Amino acid sequence: MDLPFLVTQSLSGLASASSLFIISCGLTIVFGVTRIVNFAHGSFYMLGAYLAVSIVPRLLDLHYSLPMFLAGIVAAAVVVGLVGVVMEVVLLRRIYRAPELFQLLATFGVVLVIEDLVVTFWGPLDLMGARAPGMRGAVDILGNRFPVYQLFLIGTGVLVLALLWLLMHRTRYGVLVRAATQDREMVGALGVNQAILFTGTLFLGSFLAGLGGALQSPLIAANSHMDIAIIAEAFVVTVIGGMGSVPGAFLAALLIGQLQAFGILIVPKATLVLVFALMAVVLIVKPWGLLGRPEAPATRAAPEGIANLKPFGRVERIAAVLALGVALLLPVFGDAYLVKLGTEILIFALAAFSLNLLLGNGGIVSFGHAAYFGIGAYAAGLLAIRLGMAMLPALMLAPIVAGLFAALFGVFIVRLSGIYLAMLTLAFAQIAYAVAFQWVGLTGGDNGILGIWPPDWASGRTAYYYLVLVFAVAAIAALRHAIYAPFGATLRAARDSAVRADAIGIDVKLYRLAAFALAGAAAGLAGALYAFANGSIDPTLLAIPLSIDMLAMTLAGGIQTVIGPLVGAAAFHTAKDFFMPLTDYWRLLLGLAIIAMVLAAPQGLAGGWARLRSRFSGAPA
Amino acid sequence: MNTRIDRRTALGTALGGLAAGIAGLAGRPALADGAPIKIGELNSYSRLAAFCGPYRNAMQLAQDEINAAGGIKTIGGRPLEFVFRDDGASPGDAVRAAEELLTREKVVMLAGTFLSNVGLAVADFANQRKTLFLATEPLSDAITMAQGNPYTFRVRPSTYMQTKMIVEAVKGRGIKRWALVAPNYEYGQSAVANFKKLMKEAVPGFEVVSEQFPAFGKIDAGATVGALEQSKPDAIFNVLFAADLTAFVREGNTRGLFENRLVASLLSGEPEYMLPLGDETPEGWITTGYPWDQITNPKHQAFVKAYQAKFNDTPRLGSLLGYVVVHMIAAMLEKSGSTETDKMIAALSGLTVETVAGPVTMRALDHQSTLGAWVGETTRKGRTGSMKNWKYEDGANYMFPEAEVKAARKG
Repeated sequence: MDLPFLVTQSLSGLASASSLFIISCGLTIVFGVTRIVNFAHGSFYMLGAYLAVSIVPRLLDLHYSLPMFLAGIVAAAVVVGLVGVVMEVVLLRRIYRAPELFQLLATFGVVLVIEDLVVTFWGPLDLMGARAPGMRGAVDILGNRFPVYQLFLIGTGVLVLALLWLLMHRTRYGVLVRAATQDREMVGALGVNQAILFTGTLFLGSFLAGLGGALQSPLIAANSHMDIAIIAEAFVVTVIGGMGSVPGAFLAALLIGQLQAFGILIVPKATLVLVFALMAVVLIVKPWGLLGRPEAPATRAAPEGIANLKPFGRVERIAAVLALGVALLLPVFGDAYLVKLGTEILIFALAAFSLNLLLGNGGIVSFGHAAYFGIGAYAAGLLAIRLGMAMLPALMLAPIVAGLFAALFGVFIVRLSGIYLAMLTLAFAQIAYAVAFQWVGLTGGDNGILGIWPPDWASGRTAYYYLVLVFAVAAIAALRHAIYAPFGATLRAARDSAVRADAIGIDVKLYRLAAFALAGAAAGLAGALYAFANGSIDPTLLAIPLSIDMLAMTLAGGIQTVIGPLVGAAAFHTAKDFFMPLTDYWRLLLGLAIIAMVLAAPQGLAGGWARLRSRFSGAPA
Repeated sequence: MNTRIDRRTALGTALGGLAAGIAGLAGRPALADGAPIKIGELNSYSRLAAFCGPYRNAMQLAQDEINAAGGIKTIGGRPLEFVFRDDGASPGDAVRAAEELLTREKVVMLAGTFLSNVGLAVADFANQRKTLFLATEPLSDAITMAQGNPYTFRVRPSTYMQTKMIVEAVKGRGIKRWALVAPNYEYGQSAVANFKKLMKEAVPGFEVVSEQFPAFGKIDAGATVGALEQSKPDAIFNVLFAADLTAFVREGNTRGLFENRLVASLLSGEPEYMLPLGDETPEGWITTGYPWDQITNPKHQAFVKAYQAKFNDTPRLGSLLGYVVVHMIAAMLEKSGSTETDKMIAALSGLTVETVAGPVTMRALDHQSTLGAWVGETTRKGRTGSMKNWKYEDGANYMFPEAEVKAARKG
């Protein structure tokens, strides 16, 4: 490798770093002020690219010049910023009092809606944006050609950093943003109008996402998959840099850009896992990211999650018995497909319930719960196919394997808290995904492994349904017992105040680790049951979309109640199954349903029920 | 949603469910004579609309034509009815949708799928439920080779076949130093593996000077182009497609990566991937594709005319495939005279159909059709990409050798 090559390659790295920074700094600012994990940020990036594809050529037709091009880019970004404002005013503002995670669910609904709207407006074909006038060509750098536009991108990244610094340090708005990032409640207590602050921040964040997308439009064709492709990476940048830190995001983007530019020379197939491996290493060494600060312990905020645990009242007991009865009789009154659907609902109910052991009961937010679901599925599949093990022993061993992996990852995960913990769970899930994807010899790669069917006695839809019913109900009952037992109470104590729990002699990390392993094992059982239900395994079972689905199920049901996730799993999966055959735009409908539910029942479905009940009985919620 | 209660299952117990299942698979004749023959079509209509939309359009066109001409004559003139379902681009959703098609819609067979992992999962499901499955689009060799099963057939030329077409087109030039770039998943990896194997046999001294595997849909084009350029290859074999391809081509054009180099590229000539390239379409890449506007076969011209008249859009490769598939299924039903799975499989094995692309035979040995592809060079016509010097390569000349099939297929 000669010097000229090293120079151009690192310039390539700088150019992608610069784009990544512009996108990520918007995300980090929004999170810093509002504490919203904005999944829709990737969608705003995509919108920016599509708008630029539409706007820029029209302006260039008027007058073919660089200023017109730049005006088009900025116009696209401003429109996206306004879309962000609409989202804040119409949706987010109504649910600031709901649990923080619930806002994540709302933004996830927005992701689904925007994805389908984009295809409706712009059509399914990829759309290439116009090249910038005067920047079509390349310049000679030490004998190698390098695109002028990429140099322009590098400059733009630095410019955005400088302008943001000025905004943050030389304006009143910037002071408020920084203050809110450090201590949101205090800013509110001092009489700052939070509504305007939040709206402004959403505008700024969405503007930056749109700007990032618009600037990419001459390089990559606008397509309806860009949102998912960018969002995970943008999260990684903000977390490595430290959530809320703009200079941190810049540093992290630089690191990732260079790592990718040179990493692919050494290990070309490492492209899937590189950034996530970096994030895992950074979080293990520096738990708050490179330039982040430890989150202030949330002492003033009311704890989120399962609050006052009451045993089932008469109404709930009747409902539970009825639900179990319906489940038992489902194959009698339902047709074969309903049985299949029921099987999957039971499996996802178990997975969501295990997630809520962490989420609602432990205050441990996992963005990567599908990892344990997938590891369980792979364990069962590999044991059955590679070792020829029978189904039942494979179903017994799979949760143990998943639990062991959860414990292994958990050792690193429970050292963190809050959003950093969540992102480390995501990193480990992505690493597990990459292993399943690329260890072709063992896992069959992305084609997966086929032929994982139950033995003859359990192969009928009804027989397998009852098998799943037995396993799922037993596991859910065991987990529910753990929540009601002192173990669960200890977890809740650690959730509400880790400091006080520690002071009375509770080994907080050990308890959290145990919860993590237990939840992982239960998710693993669900995954194993899923593998035998569908006959095949592949990496989608460990992938981010499934983790998000599980979060959506849990949150939709409500994390304050014990049985919420079961209701959520049933509602979410039924809704998906209902919308999918109706139209190509089922994502749009599902997204709208999620948004409607978030607005109507900001405590989740079961949470809404609990509130109704306390209103009628006059007891405090 | 259909919530009709099936009386047979009301008998309760496991038997009821089983009975419903069996009734679904056996392809019971529909209630009345003249009722449509239902075929379940699963695809990623939402996630991969660029391909699957035109594919479904052409299927509806072909279905209407066949029904207007009197349906399936050997089965009492019953019309065809395709029931379309989104496979969610994921194996789990696809298998659930397949269950719904079998149990509620009572389809006689399944067809479709785009992604290889989805296609394989549905193939395995079809094997388990003893249902005919016509995998129309997925390219993975595994579908007809290592994971092949008696119930699954595949229409499109596989990764191996298309790679072999490319190798045949470039091997005569004797270029030895190659750089390879492919998306980092099974399709890309197996195309690269096939290419290396076939080139080693065909070109003495063949050498790979660099390989790049960007993550699918997330190419870092600057870094990838830099890495390829640095190895100074004499030719490049490209497997990237869709958004990765456009980003790669634009960066490569700007940096002169393709100047004075031969580029051999899988699928790039397909309108789905060519249209977004627009005026960036490179000149002279050797590629597989579909030059729909230049094919003079009158049957094909009639198809293009009908398609454009009905949908006011130009046909894509997906359109051609959808049209061919429906005619294949119709021919199979005419021959079998029955919707029983065994009879349909017997009819489909070895069946030759005159399609708009030419005669296509479903080889009985590995259940792979001989549908070919158009191999030629990319070129620019005004602001859009096109193909020149192309030739239709009959898939029959590019099938896996029989010995390899027998070694790979277990059953």
